[in-house]
Amino acid sequence: MDYTLTKFLWTLLGLFIVLNWGMLMSSTMRRIGARVAGRYGIPWYQPWIDLTKLYSMRSQLTHGTMFYIGPVFRLMGGVGMFLFMPMIFGSDLWSNYSFSGDLVLILYFQFFGMLGMALGASEGGQPYSAIGISRGLSQFTTVEVPMTLAVISIAIQYHTLSFTDIVAAQQGGFMHWTVMTNPFATAAAMLSLLGAFGHSPFNLVKAPNEIPIGPPTEYHGTFLGVLRTNGAILHVAEAAMFMNLFFGGAGSWFELIIKTFLIYFWSVFVGTVFPRFRIEQSVVWFLKWPTILGIIAIIIYM
Amino acid sequence: MEKDFDKKALTDMYKDKFLAPENEKRQVTAPDGSIIEIDPLDDYFCQERPKELKPRKGAVEKFLNWARAESLWVLGFGTGCGSIEIPPLVTPRFDMFRYGVQMRPTPRQSNVFIISGYLSVKTLKRAIRSYEQMPSPKYIMGLGSCTINGGMYWDSYNTINRLDHYLPVDVYVAGCMPRPEALLAGFAKLKELIKEGKGEKANEYARNFDWYKANQKKIIKDWNMPDFNW
Repeated sequence: MDYTLTKFLWTLLGLFIVLNWGMLMSSTMRRIGARVAGRYGIPWYQPWIDLTKLYSMRSQLTHGTMFYIGPVFRLMGGVGMFLFMPMIFGSDLWSNYSFSGDLVLILYFQFFGMLGMALGASEGGQPYSAIGISRGLSQFTTVEVPMTLAVISIAIQYHTLSFTDIVAAQQGGFMHWTVMTNPFATAAAMLSLLGAFGHSPFNLVKAPNEIPIGPPTEYHGTFLGVLRTNGAILHVAEAAMFMNLFFGGAGSWFELIIKTFLIYFWSVFVGTVFPRFRIEQSVVWFLKWPTILGIIAIIIYM
Repeated sequence: MEKDFDKKALTDMYKDKFLAPENEKRQVTAPDGSIIEIDPLDDYFCQERPKELKPRKGAVEKFLNWARAESLWVLGFGTGCGSIEIPPLVTPRFDMFRYGVQMRPTPRQSNVFIISGYLSVKTLKRAIRSYEQMPSPKYIMGLGSCTINGGMYWDSYNTINRLDHYLPVDVYVAGCMPRPEALLAGFAKLKELIKEGKGEKANEYARNFDWYKANQKKIIKDWNMPDFNW
């Protein structure tokens, strides 16, 4: 078979694996959260049922073109992150469409979905969406500050903006991982991860028991199904990004699953322990300690 | 089956009563100084009647019904005293998440509406608006005897007696108050109905829309919203 086609099919297969792993991971994490609260929690297959139901709602309505495109943008954010991220180190086919400057593009895709969602949700006309958007964007802007500082620090450290090169530089045992060689950047990024994953204490934007559920207040049926599909992909893609940057990448799918699970678990672990921040608290928090750590990480490698 | 009623008498009686001042057409000066006309009924609300939406056929619909039954998203809208019976469902003792029942904060994302107890006329208005905003297929659970016959409020001046005159009810949970276990039993019954393909009350509401609207307007005196609000 033609190499281009083979690569495309393998990338689709990778997307399928990532989607299903993301859904299994989210239900597992919800079960862990439930056990902490002394409950059993949802069945592990609940996300698939929810998705089936959402895609099969009979009546749906739209508020305009942008309302349609919002979830598509959001999905593109997650899928785009996956497409340009090397998932398995050393495998040409599982490297997806990564190239020498993919780190910058991935950082962009991380924000891209949120901006699309902001445009789409605001056309819904629901005031709670507007509040959710303003909260979400202000929080995520500050989440990006320590994250970007950490990434710049790594770029200076390894003299590259390519994921594959960064992972290659970390091979040869865990003492070579960025978490050991550049702990300040890792600390800054892992703290910003808490905001990127949106678990408690930084889940004010989408928490169901705050002002109803933030930006997706008006989204239902297939729209919400697309958003949830993206959520599953995005969580794995983001965890894989942190894995590639700080924890030596993955040599196999098994390693990827273990590492992404632990990275995602870090945010859930913090989430079950700490209560929710208000938005002005979380904005100030991100601009304080994680940012200071990020600046130290840059100064060290200047 | 369509319900019989004297349509004309009812619609004549309440013809011009329902337009509130804030929903009338008016002219507004925009920030740039131009004058624009605003018609709230046209601009803010949908003017289309709810339609009957036919189920798919055969095994596909069975599978989808199974998925719908196993994923009941409940609107977080408490009416009356029964709403205090819902929070225990998320506690370790009852844990409704085991059965695929989850709470949603917005009507757009919910399938199940629990009318949890007596429904005052004022709340009925909000209940109707919330119900109509929920996407189909949607289900209503009447909780407590107040929703069946008025219960201890049957002669009250501002509560309704029979919920199914105003909104189509799938499942009743009797009692005053029913305990959370009874609610879980109600969810089990609702699942059974949906899996059998009997959870089609949203279509019944669309089919008998005029009858429901006439009943609703008979009791809600300050009807300051359009007939179709989703």
